[in-house]
Amino acid sequence: MAEETPRPETQAASAQPSAAKPAPAAKPAAAAPKAGGHGAAKAAPLATLTPDMQQLQQHFGESVIAPAPYVGVLLQDKSRLPEVATYLRDELKYDSVTNLTAVDYIKDGYFEVVYHFQRSTGGEPLTLKVRVPRPQGNDLSEPVPSITPIYAGADFQEREVYDMYGIPFSGHPDLRRILLWEGFYGWPLRKDWHEAYYEGDTKPFDSRWPGGHHQLAEERVPWADNVNYPPGFDPLNFHADPDAGLYDSMAEGVPGLKVVTKNGYGETTTTVLGNGQALAEEEELRTDQIIVNMGPQHPSTHGVLRMVVKLDGETVTDLKLVLGYLHRNHEKIGERNTWLHNIPYTDRLDYIVGMANEWGYVLTVEKMMGIKPTERAEYLRVLMAELTRIQSHFWAIGFLLNDLGAFYTPALYFITERDLILDFFESVTGSRLMCNYFRFGGVSRDLTEAQLAQVKELAFERIPRKIDELEELLTDNEIVKARTIGVGYLPADRSINYSLTGPCLRAAGVPYDIRRVDPYGIYDRFDFEIPVLYGADVYDRYRIRVLEMRESLKIVQQCLQQMEQTKWGDIQAGKKAYNHRVPAGQAYARVETPKGELGFYLVSDGGQNPYRYHIRSSSFINLTSLKEMVVGHKVADAVVILGSLDIVLGEVDR
Amino acid sequence: MSETVNQPLPSDFPNDPRVPEELRNNVFITTLDKLYNWGRKRSMWPMLFGLACCAIEMIATAASRHDLARFGWELMRASPRQADLMIVAGTVTKKMVPQIVRLYNQMPEPRYVIAMGACATAGGPFKEGYNVVSGIDKFIPVDVYITGCPPRPEALLHSFLKLQEKIEKQSLRTVPWYRPGEDDVIPVPMLGPDLVDMRRAEEIRQKAAAQAQQPVPTQEG
Ligand code: SF4
Repeated sequence: MAEETPRPETQAASAQPSAAKPAPAAKPAAAAPKAGGHGAAKAAPLATLTPDMQQLQQHFGESVIAPAPYVGVLLQDKSRLPEVATYLRDELKYDSVTNLTAVDYIKDGYFEVVYHFQRSTGGEPLTLKVRVPRPQGNDLSEPVPSITPIYAGADFQEREVYDMYGIPFSGHPDLRRILLWEGFYGWPLRKDWHEAYYEGDTKPFDSRWPGGHHQLAEERVPWADNVNYPPGFDPLNFHADPDAGLYDSMAEGVPGLKVVTKNGYGETTTTVLGNGQALAEEEELRTDQIIVNMGPQHPSTHGVLRMVVKLDGETVTDLKLVLGYLHRNHEKIGERNTWLHNIPYTDRLDYIVGMANEWGYVLTVEKMMGIKPTERAEYLRVLMAELTRIQSHFWAIGFLLNDLGAFYTPALYFITERDLILDFFESVTGSRLMCNYFRFGGVSRDLTEAQLAQVKELAFERIPRKIDELEELLTDNEIVKARTIGVGYLPADRSINYSLTGPCLRAAGVPYDIRRVDPYGIYDRFDFEIPVLYGADVYDRYRIRVLEMRESLKIVQQCLQQMEQTKWGDIQAGKKAYNHRVPAGQAYARVETPKGELGFYLVSDGGQNPYRYHIRSSSFINLTSLKEMVVGHKVADAVVILGSLDIVLGEVDR
Repeated sequence: MSETVNQPLPSDFPNDPRVPEELRNNVFITTLDKLYNWGRKRSMWPMLFGLACCAIEMIATAASRHDLARFGWELMRASPRQADLMIVAGTVTKKMVPQIVRLYNQMPEPRYVIAMGACATAGGPFKEGYNVVSGIDKFIPVDVYITGCPPRPEALLHSFLKLQEKIEKQSLRTVPWYRPGEDDVIPVPMLGPDLVDMRRAEEIRQKAAAQAQQPVPTQEG
């Protein structure tokens, strides 16, 4: 970083006038990646290596593994990635890749792919970074070796990086776009790619403040709509194929399937297997396999998920997921927003458990800023997060029953209880779902006496009784048992390899809960257990949720008692602020939401906006394992297994 | 007969001597429009179809506390062929909008659309996103809009009442679905390099061709 050290564009709107001139974005890519930060004025401090990282370095040599800026190690030679990953998995026992993402350091001319490896026995994740030079324009970058053959959980995450950055992963079994569609023009998370309504790199935009000469986006942009087309695009003679490649690997044994092969960007060749021909090639007449698209509009896909199932009779023989029908561009918008702006957006990730998401984000930013919330705020956070867990599990169980065919009636009981908890949320925060309650260093409001009485009634009287009722209704129910025991089995080692987290992993016998393995907040003050079951099937995924509700209730009760010793109203550390500056750096922090591990990987360049805002969502990554759970079961069970994963599409597609 | 019909009705109609004894107090006179609309407005079948966070509040509306069944609207159908109300509950993304338009086309007339929440109305908090459509009314006609993010269940109920009012005002003589000719079918948008509204295809082709002539200005503002 000796020669040119331009500040990142994201700082153009910041208060340092010396850096006000944004450099042109389409700067030619530098020939080779350079060491150092992402264009910070000073070279970023290098990370100190943990013992595991040192061992890695000793094994592979310093020319291969070097300390990276801020955190983690840098792999200098990306072709050795599979070797390093195998070593991490087999020798150092980092048995899952918990997070995988990329960052575009446009000033330095490279993409950085970031891996967080995790031990299922706990501890901090190990951060590994790999760099590839930025390509010109819309081209793909150099490939990075895929680690999907080593860690199955990397499958969707690598596809997401490919979709967002145009970084191909060589050796990936099914590398297609995952959140957008085949043929989409551009790679949206690259810093020089701009959406149609692009107004500026960072908020607040000058048009809103201080001048206030805001114009409707539609009036400002060339196409008068939220679209952009490449020059010379002719929609009337365009062969659109958003599903290109989807059926390729499923075509075998399915007569009459139209096979479309992708042939570079935008070009497609079409082969149609004649029905008769395929049949004639069969030695004997067998039942045909058929492909059925379930969703995106389907009552049992919990939102706009699309499952493509290959059926032999009623048995599922193959399954693929098509995601992105609710891809709302959280990450792109998050990089434009100021730090504070993003809190309400996290509510909308997994919209059942808004406040649990807020905690994940706020925790990561606090880690970067080095601040700690007040005592009272810590208790309020635990209170809200655990109540959220209870209401989320009520919801999950209700809708699991829906999927089993007990249409809506059981769910109604649980929605009633959930509504009571939401009433409490509403009276404290002002909203039932989108609470926007957490702040950096605290929370936004304290409880009144009446609210305290309300939550005490819930925690000590009503909910314990209702959980008993729920168990009485379901746990020994013959039909529930017949439909769920042994269904959707995925053993512990496979679950870990698939980076499965949350109740589903604990129902497979792995006591992995972020509240214990990488503690945050004040969970160490409460007496509670991490329930573990060993069935690894739908039934145990149901039972573990009931057990967790009871544990959460214990925490809530203790929390309410201990909270009395804290000072009322002391809910914000430091001054309230709108305009936060986060010191340059990178951080990954996570919380245990009711669905599993929710992590945020944030990069700051010292400005008012995140330079990179990545969400590691458990719903998304848990879906990777769905195929292995479902194949071999009947199609009606596929729906139940999906229900047992308890996904929320807002978090899957982000 | 026609003579009788044309006579003005007496004010104490139920007791009119011309009405046979056994029918008195059992006969109501109304317009066909009123009868038709009265039946329709209380037996809407919404489509079981949610997109995002707003759908959670829609489910809460259908649950026991807010109880949609009080209005006769509780029969949510998963098939568009059986539904006559589409509640667009959530963010409309580009990837999803072809399906929504297709579902709308598959719904038989008379059909209504409620845009629930900020996203379905105008894009909401995600309007600037590259995969987000700024409101479903860019593609299909909307009857009632609800504000909120998400709207409370009460707001959704309010929108139902508003829609009932709208239905009450319709007349058999003017409603589009009894007009001769084909139903209007909205062309399904295409997922090309970006979302293509096929109604604007010609315009897009010309503009893009004109752009190809000139050197492309960089997007950098
Ligand atoms: S309006 Fe708000 S609550 Fe509704 S879908 Fe949009 S973001 Fe979610």
